[in-house]
Amino acid sequence: MDCDPNQPQPGTTPIIQIEGLRTQFDDVVVHDNLNLNINQGEIVSLVGGSGTGKTVLLRHMVGLTHPAAGSVRVLGEDICTTDPRQLQRLRTRWGMLFQQGALFSALTVFDNVAQPMRELRVLPKELIREAALMKLNMAGIGPEHALKMPSDLSGGMIKRVALARALALDPELLFLDEPTAGLDPNASESFVDLIRSLHQEMRLTVVMVTHDLDTLFALSSRVAVLADKHIIAYCEPGKVVEFKHPFIESFFRGERGLRAIEAMPDE
Amino acid sequence: MSQAASPTLHIEGTHTVRAAGHWQVGALAHGGIMQVLDAKLKSIPDIGTVHWDLSQIEALDTIGAQLLWNAWGRQRPSQLTLPPQYENFFHRLQETGRLQLKKPPKQHWYALARLKQFRLDMADHALGFIGLIGQLVLDLGRFAGDWRRGPWREISASIFHTGYQALGITALVGFLIGVVLSYLSAQQLHQFGGDIYLVNILGMSVIRELGPLLAAILVAGRSGSAITAQLGVMRVTEELDAMVVMGMQHGYRLIMPRVIALAISMPLLIVWTDAMALLGGMTAARTELGLTIKYFLRSLPDAVPLANYWIGLGKGVVFGGLIALVACHFGLRIKPNTESLGHGTTLSVVTAITIVILADAVFAIVFTNVGF
Repeated sequence: MDCDPNQPQPGTTPIIQIEGLRTQFDDVVVHDNLNLNINQGEIVSLVGGSGTGKTVLLRHMVGLTHPAAGSVRVLGEDICTTDPRQLQRLRTRWGMLFQQGALFSALTVFDNVAQPMRELRVLPKELIREAALMKLNMAGIGPEHALKMPSDLSGGMIKRVALARALALDPELLFLDEPTAGLDPNASESFVDLIRSLHQEMRLTVVMVTHDLDTLFALSSRVAVLADKHIIAYCEPGKVVEFKHPFIESFFRGERGLRAIEAMPDE
Repeated sequence: MSQAASPTLHIEGTHTVRAAGHWQVGALAHGGIMQVLDAKLKSIPDIGTVHWDLSQIEALDTIGAQLLWNAWGRQRPSQLTLPPQYENFFHRLQETGRLQLKKPPKQHWYALARLKQFRLDMADHALGFIGLIGQLVLDLGRFAGDWRRGPWREISASIFHTGYQALGITALVGFLIGVVLSYLSAQQLHQFGGDIYLVNILGMSVIRELGPLLAAILVAGRSGSAITAQLGVMRVTEELDAMVVMGMQHGYRLIMPRVIALAISMPLLIVWTDAMALLGGMTAARTELGLTIKYFLRSLPDAVPLANYWIGLGKGVVFGGLIALVACHFGLRIKPNTESLGHGTTLSVVTAITIVILADAVFAIVFTNVGF
């Protein structure tokens, strides 16, 4: 398989389908004729230089922003044209981890995670309590931290709580915006393990924006490289590094990149 | 995607319970399903000893697993048929054990401890405010000693925001209050033929009391809340800390310029509000009592001694400084969360208005014998 992003993978139905997407802020064109298909069960990393619109692309996928042209289909629905009720239903099927955590600063850690479950209005209190504590526990936050306020947490803990909140409703699709940025190597390592085990258990599809090469090589089933306003290469991490493009050369084949490639698991 | 099959429980005989369908939160959240499952679970006689068959479950997630686990009394039933792909969920639940949430001590609104806390808070605010005034005096001293390098830009920007941009709203409110006051007084005065005393009533009340107070309340609501919110957001985004690290003192760069700016713009706004209120009063007096504007303006200096005007302007300087100080005091105390931001801004405006009225009372007592 070559690294052409326009070529659909045979045999599977994509969970995310982006076609001819164009994003424009005033007269700055960020994306132009961008195509991307993500299959169920994949872990796709989006990489690209600063300001190439990785986060914007992620925001398009969850319907926070709308592209100037083109279509974004997630879980079989066109995000831009679907009716509000359908969109509401979709929103319980995905979770997103924001770059800065975006925890509700007026709620405790526990309430932050319990909030999406309470929002369904049907789950019994006890179930919510235990499920929320379980989610926190999975993300590595013990119950002794559950009543703290977000402003009392360290950066790494905010990320973990935010992940627990993103996972609160057991989403099929998880969006991660720089999940390991600002974490120490140990914490990133356990974060990677957590995502990997969740991926196996819950048949999760993960789309992440990351600059962390270790995370990228450890997790990704495919890497999408965003440059020149579209996806220039989209394939397995082992192949994408061999693609000829100045950005890929500098991003992956710098000293840091080579070290990460060396440490890559043999598959 | 097809609609997920609802989660169901089948009780077969007395010793087998078979779960089927999608035991996922999306399916569980559909209307009424939780109640049905709950009733079914309650009707099973020996929940721990029956044979549980989960092989018909099409999909499971952590919330569905937690629901079953809770029903089992947080332990694995002795007879359980579990497909291997779901093993992990229950394994983790068993490993982790029961997680307890430590309940925070509950405090009732009538608890005596609250009263103590309230007293402490008050003392804290008072001390903080006195500290702020002390810091302001020191900063003013530094500014006087080195006025060339003072924060002129901040001051002029603040005057623009708190003064120039408030001209519209103060004009509107001033004019309307003038009209109302004039109409009400004119009716009463007309009853005993004292029409010409309208000039005295209107001139005295507007110039000495209403003009300064109206402008101060409007500015407290407008600029006071803006200052508090601005400083509060600076706390949330750690800009305040960044300033300290770079050696820019909050007092000199944030508080003093705002106090000076409001102490300058407030008296100017009062002149403006006075003029607008008198204009409104004159307009109403002409239509209601037939007093000409010429007569009104000519008799105004005789009716209202000039001292009242100076008192009004003096009030402006004091009110402006107080509003800025109160707004900064609450702004700097905001904690980095959204609730504190809202609470602090509300408290700031309420306190600023209260303090302005208090200061007005002090003015009334101190200047009892001046300007009559």
